[in-house]
Formats: sequence, C-alpha cells, structure tokens
Amino acid sequence: MARREVIQPADHRSQRLHPLPLRIMHWVNALAIVLMIGSGWKIYNDEVLFGWLHFPDWITIGGRAQGALQWHFMAMWILMSNGLCYLAYGLLTGRFKRKLFPIRVREVTANVRDALRFRLSHDDITHYNAVQKLLYAGIIAVIFAQVISGLAVWKPMQFSELTSLFSLFHASSFQGARIAHFFGMSAIVIFLVIHVTLALLVPRTFGAMVTGGPVDDESSDAAAQPETRPV
Amino acid sequence: MSIRTPSRSIFRPTQAVDQGVLDDHKKLIETIDRRKLLKGSISLGALTMLTGCSVTDQSAVQAALQAVSTFNDKVQGLLFRPDHLVPTYTEADVVKPPRFNAYYDVEEVEPVDVSGWKLELLGSITEKASWIADQIHELPEQELIIRHICVEGWDYIGQWSGVNFRHFLERVGADLTAKYVAFRCADGYSGSIDMATALHPQTILATKYAREPITDPFGFPLRLRTATKLGFKNPKWITSIEVTNRYPGGYWEDRGFNWHSGI
Repeated sequence: MARREVIQPADHRSQRLHPLPLRIMHWVNALAIVLMIGSGWKIYNDEVLFGWLHFPDWITIGGRAQGALQWHFMAMWILMSNGLCYLAYGLLTGRFKRKLFPIRVREVTANVRDALRFRLSHDDITHYNAVQKLLYAGIIAVIFAQVISGLAVWKPMQFSELTSLFSLFHASSFQGARIAHFFGMSAIVIFLVIHVTLALLVPRTFGAMVTGGPVDDESSDAAAQPETRPV
Repeated sequence: MSIRTPSRSIFRPTQAVDQGVLDDHKKLIETIDRRKLLKGSISLGALTMLTGCSVTDQSAVQAALQAVSTFNDKVQGLLFRPDHLVPTYTEADVVKPPRFNAYYDVEEVEPVDVSGWKLELLGSITEKASWIADQIHELPEQELIIRHICVEGWDYIGQWSGVNFRHFLERVGADLTAKYVAFRCADGYSGSIDMATALHPQTILATKYAREPITDPFGFPLRLRTATKLGFKNPKWITSIEVTNRYPGGYWEDRGFNWHSGI
C-alpha cells in the first residue's frame, strides 16, 4: 500500500495498467478460449482435415464428440458476450487507441532486433512496445475472424452468403470455412504460446493482470500522446 | 445416422477388478502420498481433468450443458429462415453412391422388404391411413441436388427426389401448427425435427437417389432429406411419422447431440 501512495498521482483520472473490468474480461476470455480450443480439437478429430494431425484425447475437452460439441457451443456464448463487452470497453474508453495504436513497421522491426539481442527493455510495462501492440491488435482481429468462420461452419445454409466466401479455400465452401476455422485456431495457439511464455519471462506482467499493476500514466487523456514518446 | 458409435474408453477394464489383488497391494496403496495428490490436483493439471469424464460425468455440469443446448435449440429456431433456399448444384457435382453413416456399420444394414413395408401416420393428422410404397410413388416428385453435412465434419453433394414434405403433410391433414414431426425407422433409429424445417421448401420424403430408387444402405424405400439440417436429422427406412406437440427426442439427441442441429 505504501508504494502505491508514493506513485499515485493527484490526477483522479489516472488508473492502474489493467483496470478491474479489463482483468475480469481477460480471465473470462482465457477460460473461454481454453474451452473452445480443447473441445474444438475433439470435434476436429471426428473428421480430420490433415491425415497426419489427430489430437490426443487427453488434451481434448468433452470426452466424446457430443460432449465436446456441448462444451464448444456453451463456451461460444462466453467468448462472444465477453468479447463484445471487451470491444465496447476498448472502443468507448479509448483504450485501444491509447494502448495499441499506432503500430509502426519500423518500430516492430527495431523491437524484434532488440529482442533477439536481449536488449528489449521491459522497465515500463504500462507502455506496450510495437511487437506487443501488433500481437494484441492481431489477436483481437484473429478471434473476431474466428467467430465469423465459426458462424460459417455452424450455419452454412442459414448464412450461406457468408459461407460462400470460404470457397476461396476449398471447392466445398463448408470445408473452406472449416479450414479457415482451423487456421484461426492455429494462430490463437501460436499467440498463446508466445503470450504465456513472455508473461512468465517477465512475471511482473503476469502479476499485473491479477492485481492491476502499476499506475498507468497513459490512462489520463492529457498523457495520451504515445507519438511523442521515445521508443 | 451420422455419427460413429463411440468407442469404449481405453481405460475401461475388460474384466472386473479382482478384490484379492487390492488386498495384496494394500500397503503400497496406502503409501501413495495423499497430500501430494491433492496438491497436484489444484495445479494447472487440474485443467486437464476437463478432458476426461471426471468433470463431464458430474450431473450438475451435464445439466448445465444440456440447458445451454436447449437454449441453443431456441436460438437456432430464431436464426432459421423459412423461405431462404440453400445453394443447389448440378448433376455433374453429384457423388455416387452417397456416403453411408449410421449407428452401426454398412455391412450390418438389414434391407427393408418393400412388399411388407408401410408408412404409418400418428398424432395430429386427420387422415391416418397407412401408405404403401406404390401410393407414395404416385405423388408429385421434387428433385434436390444439395449438400449433405455430417456433424462429424464431412460433406458431399447428393441428388435426392421424392414428395415435398409440406405437400405430404398438407395432403394427410397434419396440424401444421404443431411443434414437432417425429420419425421411427425400421432399424430402431428415431428422430424428430421442428415444424418450420418440415415445412421448408427444400425438405422432402426421398425415394430416389440420382434418379434411381434409393439403395438399401441409404434408406430404401423412404427417408427424409432436409437441406437445412445435419445428416443425422435425416432418418432412413422410415416406418412412421408422428405430428406432435410433445418433445419426441431421438436416438442421437437422447445421447447428447443437439436436438435442433440446423445448418
């Protein structure tokens, strides 16, 4: 508590890096994503897209096919409703604009170069570097796309106009939607591996998603000028 | 019709446990550290418990999942577009023969003897006289070249013909305001669909595939083909049709698959 009093600025608008609603939405989303992936793997196993890929039963969720389908179509409501709350929150509070944009190619390449030389600074975790911005904005887009391809797999006839777009990937637009849904899952899994690894490497970031983290000087409108910051 | 019979758990012992073995190893079992076991179960590893039956067997979880599935039935009823025609294809796209699936293997199909076969009508229907195959063949025929999608994830394009189901239901004086249409089949299978799907213009009682009488494994002499439901919602070898307001369930629906299963 003492530490908090020292760094708490007088500005009442300033807040923690991860305000409570955001932390709740993050962990609800984490649960929903794990349920969706685990049950999705079981559903995939019933008719694999790739002969070499069959998910071992012990990492799937739901037991049998019908159980996996029940979990998947239950967790989708959690994922969608929580996701909509998150998008509304990010847009209405201006958090997306403050935290995730702009993303500059030059900064991304510079960050990657620094990271590979172990020179990437993590002193200020309230300020996302360009790679973080890219990954966080990217995963939001991927999950959004995953909901769209999921709707196309679920309702290929009621949403036949939507599903027909996936004929880009396969002569059968239904299989095309399955393929898109599979690669969306793959992208989320790759993100999860990177995200969890980095969060564990810089444990403060993990703690911040539990406790709220340090006071965020970007949270007040006056300070929200990322363009002027040194990178 | 669309799902493989689930295989038995590989962890299930083929024989009952011999009590003597348990007694012989009593000491070893007691040395297993219970504290460690508990600690382990509160770890991330506990998440993997979701994978097996340990969580899904719990009746509260089951009941919650079933409640969501019933809620999803209602949502799907709202998403259903009664007048929306699904994509149709050309004869060149048709797969011959169609793909087989049932709760048993194709070798176990018992052909229906059409000379002794009849279609019974039950429930909220005014003209309940049974139909024989020849009478059904005299009805106007509608052809559908549509995609069949299985809950397992595979699909193919098939060419089905037979009487439009709405036309048939009107002809026999079915109560079109009833909620469900239920089917019983010669192989013991059963299923049911919502009335909105039964009345969809692309739902037929099929007697032919690729302009030839349907062959035995695919439902001869009569099966349902609806363009807007998963494969298992299309009963084969139909022997009775019932129009009812009481939820009829079905073979796979009673085993946890979503009832509406609209696509």
